[in-house]
Amino acid sequence: MSSFIKPKIRRKNEPVNDLGLIRSDYDGAMSTLCAGCGHDSVTAAMGRAFFELSIEPHRAVKVSGIGCSSKTTSYFLKEAHGNNTVHGRMPSVATGAFAANADLTYIGVSGDGDSLSIGVGQLIHAMRRNVNMLYVLENNGVYGLTKGQFSAAADIGSTAKKGAVNQLPPIDPVALAMSVGASFVARGFSGDREQLVPLIKAGLMHKGFGLIDVISPCVSFNDHKGSTKSYEHTYKYYHKSVHADYVPPSKEIKAAYDDGKTMDVELHDGGTIRLRKTDKDYDPTNREHAMKRIMASGGSDEVLTGLLFIDEQQPDLHQRKNMEDRPLNEIPYAELNPGAAALKELQKGFR
Amino acid sequence: MSANTLRQGINDFVIKVGNVNGTGSASANELLMKAIFRMGVPVVGKNIFPSNIQGLPTWYEIRVTGEGHAGRAGGVDLMVAMNAETYERDLESLSPGGVLLYDSTWPRPHFLSRSDITVIGVPLSKMVNAAFKVARSRILMKNMAYVGAVAALLDLDMQVIHGMVEDMFKAKQKLIPANVEALALGFDYVKENYEAPLPFHVKALDKTDGKVMIDGNTAAALGCVYGGATFGAWYPITPSTSLMDGFQKYCDMLRVDEKTGKNKFCIIQAEDELAAAGLMIGAAWNGARAFTPTSGAGISLMSEFIGFAYYTEIPTVFFDIQRVGPSTGMPTRTQQCDINLCAYASHGDTKHIVLYPSDPGECFTMAVNALDLAERFQTPVFFLSDLDIGMNDWMVDELTWDDNYQPDRGKVLSKQELEEIDTFYRYLDVDGDHIPYRTLPGTHPKGAYFNRGSGHTKYGTYTEDGPEYKEVVDRLLAKWKSAADAVPAPIISNSETKASFGVIAIGSSNGAVNEARQKLEAEGVHLDYMRIRAFPFNQDVEDFINDHDVVYVVEQNRDAQLLNLLLIETNVPREKLLPILHYSGEPLDYRFVYKELLEATQMRKTA
Repeated sequence: MSSFIKPKIRRKNEPVNDLGLIRSDYDGAMSTLCAGCGHDSVTAAMGRAFFELSIEPHRAVKVSGIGCSSKTTSYFLKEAHGNNTVHGRMPSVATGAFAANADLTYIGVSGDGDSLSIGVGQLIHAMRRNVNMLYVLENNGVYGLTKGQFSAAADIGSTAKKGAVNQLPPIDPVALAMSVGASFVARGFSGDREQLVPLIKAGLMHKGFGLIDVISPCVSFNDHKGSTKSYEHTYKYYHKSVHADYVPPSKEIKAAYDDGKTMDVELHDGGTIRLRKTDKDYDPTNREHAMKRIMASGGSDEVLTGLLFIDEQQPDLHQRKNMEDRPLNEIPYAELNPGAAALKELQKGFR
Repeated sequence: MSANTLRQGINDFVIKVGNVNGTGSASANELLMKAIFRMGVPVVGKNIFPSNIQGLPTWYEIRVTGEGHAGRAGGVDLMVAMNAETYERDLESLSPGGVLLYDSTWPRPHFLSRSDITVIGVPLSKMVNAAFKVARSRILMKNMAYVGAVAALLDLDMQVIHGMVEDMFKAKQKLIPANVEALALGFDYVKENYEAPLPFHVKALDKTDGKVMIDGNTAAALGCVYGGATFGAWYPITPSTSLMDGFQKYCDMLRVDEKTGKNKFCIIQAEDELAAAGLMIGAAWNGARAFTPTSGAGISLMSEFIGFAYYTEIPTVFFDIQRVGPSTGMPTRTQQCDINLCAYASHGDTKHIVLYPSDPGECFTMAVNALDLAERFQTPVFFLSDLDIGMNDWMVDELTWDDNYQPDRGKVLSKQELEEIDTFYRYLDVDGDHIPYRTLPGTHPKGAYFNRGSGHTKYGTYTEDGPEYKEVVDRLLAKWKSAADAVPAPIISNSETKASFGVIAIGSSNGAVNEARQKLEAEGVHLDYMRIRAFPFNQDVEDFINDHDVVYVVEQNRDAQLLNLLLIETNVPREKLLPILHYSGEPLDYRFVYKELLEATQMRKTA
């Protein structure tokens, strides 16, 4: 079996972005996931976000680990380089890649198994390093590809398809991200494209590590009654807290600060993330405050969504490493070779 | 003391200093060794230290070898016993005719239990305590005092030593007088109370001109700098840590843009070895020359990623500074125990390029080789050093660099080249040399491909189809085999007389094997010697074995890993290869090799 190639269809009056590309230029191979899988909606949202941001596909880099969600990097942006690495280890590969070339846009796609069990260590350390990438965690509370085992994101009391009840406390990726200093923390839902696409755009444009925990139900193994990651359960307890829109540098910003429901965060590229808040008192730029709200939500059925925290001031990995602007692979060898004379000189210390 | 029982010999003996670790003795011992080196006399230094920060026994061994041998001698002629806990062992380790120097502040009459050695007591603590007030400085000054005592016994040039003390404390000049005073305490006491120098002592030569004293990890780090590596990832592990320390030091010194103050390199300390491998792979995939230093335990942890890099053809360089295994083993002792591990690391069918440097000089050149080979063959390359080479100072020729060198970046398609081709396929053997072209992310839309560790076709697409899968892995095998002619060739030294016996060794065994062979040759036992420098083995390796009736394989592990690798990878008859194994964790000494080879060859002759 080989992978499927999606036929390219161009309609009349198809909208184009600033690069003259149409939405389907941001497509990839045909998805081989189950019909109705939440991940396919997330894939579509990612494609749309890149399209709307007018990012040249070949200047984007997609990285993933192993699992259903990790397969999806081949289902969008076919002209981008992809790297489907080993289980749970995508963050290290992404970090190394980013270190070598900070000029590209990095998106990592992973799942709750890949991210919160085998790969939890690497995820934490990529967040600590503030690697400039967006990490989309497609969270369905279950191991799909191995047919239905609980993941570390499963809630206490949530049931498996065959009736087993999960007894271990869940790892909440959002709370985890907050505690280790991630600079952009959000939660979305595969069933809410209106919220998710702008969140992804904001996360891509944020300078630093962005995590979006996307509740993305598994129709085959975790969409039944008793599951807390089903479509039904998510819709029932869904709460939109802070909506985020990315406003490019060229667009005029119409601010309405006084009502406490709108807030602008300036980005390094000159653009802005405009926040629209349902909860007037919620301050997503205050880690302590946001953490409290997130922890309170964690103890309930509420599915708290939106851009929950942002800190645009943290230096990213490149800045912390005091690296020069050129990608490492573009520095000519002549500049890397200290020369024979320097070698002779420094060896005086070895006598 | 009576001189007639003492060992004789100028510039040919072994000094060993027994101490407690964490007392600052390392710099005193380095001072001793370098003083001899600066007097133009070749030395071999071995640090035998515990996996501990303070309080456990540690030894420093200095072989003075006017003839310039590179390995250990075995035996001890002057034991400087500074650790009461190991007095008995230290006494026992002395060769007949040897001298034991100890701190006689607390007399130890039982030392007289050996009549074939001479005991020299110097009241070091007493003298130092009288001269210095601060407790911490007393400990350090006691070290300097024994250096002074040894200098008197061995006729070391005090001017040289004073010069070195001045170098040592360049930044803290006010410490110089105290150190000079401490040196004099030991020196004068010995001169006044004993017949010094000893019959065996040092006499200045001119045999260290053009030489340096350098450890293999520092040399490999310099190789990475000069070879153009820009990215290093690592997780601290003895005995590899000093390699990254060196890379950081020389990058800070040589790779920072003078105008902007910005770095032209990136070093990341990873959360574990798995991440270190992943970081390197990510950077290398994105076009940076990248490496990771580690030890055997790290290679075990990196194994999944090694298979990934092998199958997806990402140029990566793994420096394995071997230490004693299995498991945590003896982290501060040396062995050649990862030969099999590195040859085939990872699950599935995987075979790697492995380089076996034998001293710091080769660490420098082979680090560059490793970076070039990795990119040329787009595959993991292993640099198999060990603790002995990596952490001990060796006397080698001064490192030199050819400024005409250009890195071999292998087949990477440029933007221009991508513009001109129809379609790019990542794993297609376009040139018929088994090496495909690669592209770097961001170069050109036509260059994009999906890198995956899952089954893929030669076009880079996903597959679960047997023939499509086989086509790619068969090419990988052909590619690996073709590296046999590109890696450093074995070095063969033939006996003056046609020999029916051969010896094979790799890496740090070289010095001891060479010396044992010379000694045997002088006694009429002829052996040809081949030092293998890389895997895959080239045809010379098999030919050498075929050309001899019996070949002894000298290596530092229990399971004859090199011998077994030779049996797997060549068609030589099993019975031709015989193992000589040394795996105590201490660096190999020539006496051991000499004895083993002598016995083995004599048995053959009489059989």
